[in-house]
Amino acid sequence: MADIETLNTTAAGIDAVSQRLGDGPSGPKPRPTLSARNIMLYGTLTVAALYYLLPLYVMVVTSLKGMPEIRLGNIFSPPMEITFEPWVKAWAEACTGLNCDGLSRGFWNSVRITVPSVIISIAIASVNGYALANWRFKGSELFFSILIIGAFIPYQVMIYPIVIILREIGIYGTLTGLVIVHSIFGMPILTLLFRNYFVSLPEELFKAARVDGAGFWQIFLKIMMPMSLPIFVVAMILQVTGIWNDFLFGVVFTRPDTYPMTVQLNNIVNSVQGVKEYNVNMAATILTGLVPLIVYFVSGRLFVRGIAAGAVKG
Amino acid sequence: MTGQAQAGRPNKLLRNLNAKIASIPMILTALVIFVGGTFWTVFYSFTNSKLLPRLSFVGFDQYHRLWAAPRWVTAIENLALYGVLSLIFSLVIGFVLAALMDQKIRFENTFRTIFLYPFALSFIVTGLVWQWVLNPDFGVQSVVRSLGWTSFTFNPLYTPEIVIYGILIAALWQGTGLVMCLMLAGLRGIDEDIWKAARVDGIPMWKTYLLVVIPMMRPVFITTIVIIASGIVKVYDLVVAQTSGGPGISSEVPAKYVYDYMFQAQNLGQGFAASTMMLVTVAIIIVPWAYLEFGGGRKRG
Repeated sequence: MADIETLNTTAAGIDAVSQRLGDGPSGPKPRPTLSARNIMLYGTLTVAALYYLLPLYVMVVTSLKGMPEIRLGNIFSPPMEITFEPWVKAWAEACTGLNCDGLSRGFWNSVRITVPSVIISIAIASVNGYALANWRFKGSELFFSILIIGAFIPYQVMIYPIVIILREIGIYGTLTGLVIVHSIFGMPILTLLFRNYFVSLPEELFKAARVDGAGFWQIFLKIMMPMSLPIFVVAMILQVTGIWNDFLFGVVFTRPDTYPMTVQLNNIVNSVQGVKEYNVNMAATILTGLVPLIVYFVSGRLFVRGIAAGAVKG
Repeated sequence: MTGQAQAGRPNKLLRNLNAKIASIPMILTALVIFVGGTFWTVFYSFTNSKLLPRLSFVGFDQYHRLWAAPRWVTAIENLALYGVLSLIFSLVIGFVLAALMDQKIRFENTFRTIFLYPFALSFIVTGLVWQWVLNPDFGVQSVVRSLGWTSFTFNPLYTPEIVIYGILIAALWQGTGLVMCLMLAGLRGIDEDIWKAARVDGIPMWKTYLLVVIPMMRPVFITTIVIIASGIVKVYDLVVAQTSGGPGISSEVPAKYVYDYMFQAQNLGQGFAASTMMLVTVAIIIVPWAYLEFGGGRKRG
């Protein structure tokens, strides 16, 4: 189980960072602002920051230009005439295969996939983590170990058997099937997250509740859940961004009319026919990235915690 | 730990029943999907399944065919090159950024937000953006040319020899923020006194990092390496979005080979054999790590 502990250490470290980040400037008296060292330091960081921001800038700028302007200039030049037409087209008119209703279809598919997947996977994993932390039974740790090791196995190894299982049940190609797949593959990391959290809660709470005669579900619903709101939020961030960004499962387990947004985006941009409309492509790309970006900017520090815990998901 | 079995003997199976019921999804997933699915795939990789899986065994034929296929060999070479480079560069860039961020700087939050935001984006989005930035007619190449350097050539995505570097650039852009965060957490976990002691002894800063701090961060490095490495083996979406494996087969990767043979070329046996090789690769990464972590006794900085 030491792999889990390593993760714990990291997560604890990240927490420590988050705490310190919250305190604002700290430490010894600031040195004079314009020292050579500071110029180097901020210079390097600023150059790096510009590099990381550049693609975002290019995306936004391109999506606001008309095609003639794109052909004339370069990707960095700001638009002379701002137009939102590419955005409208990307959302409502761009074609994938026979469908010409833009990304909107994929967007709603993604919503229909993400919402139930997030709810189901968190529900299962939280109860699971609770059972593993407080109600261990013979073999529970073994199954958990298998689950965690399983998280490292490339999905490609397990994909085909799942296709067969889903086909046998008759839900291959449906959104339900994909929701089940996301719930399954979200399980290792979420269970780990919840288990570690519940283990960290004071034992006395649990014992007192038991003495008072509360059972398995009662303790979970009335004591554990209300106490663990932050971890639920972290799990939600992790799952929303992870499932929204998924491509492989989407392309394997759905059909064209149930494609999630990422798959549809790739099909729009990388379609071979017709003139490449770079502005529409970039608008489509931004639209697809918007949901995880909003989650990222809104959740701030919680996102860092989430990805630290979820990074193993790859 | 806490709720562990009280003294009650009667009927072992029924004891703790609710916990068992609650664990059914986990048990099913662990056994059916992770264990069952993996064995199923490995098992069928020894058959000559084509359109449908079928049980006619051909021994190691699929593997012979796999390693004789130029496409697979290219995929493995790409993975090796991409893997080694992305491991080195992510660690170096991630660590340097983290070390800079650790200098009690102002606007730390802003910088961190900027470095990390690409990680929130999917590989598809990342791939498509970089496909655009690296576009030879409009992107970096044309910009530099328009500055007067007309012979400048930087066209990785359409040049078979260097296409993998084009993918690497996008991968680093997406992933280094995470490495930076992990490293920063590691640096913050190091005792302030170490720095004071080093300063008193007059050891230069870079030397303190190299000889004292990095060795102390061993657990963080190992975790980070495992995280990066298991991501490398799975790399798929990025290649699909950026190049679709092209030009030709020059940016092929194993994960894409598996997908193409299972779902496009209807050659399941090849797909199974290739995915089994991916499994072996992961095992090669995980086993030494597990050995390092638990084998030679607990050594923690």
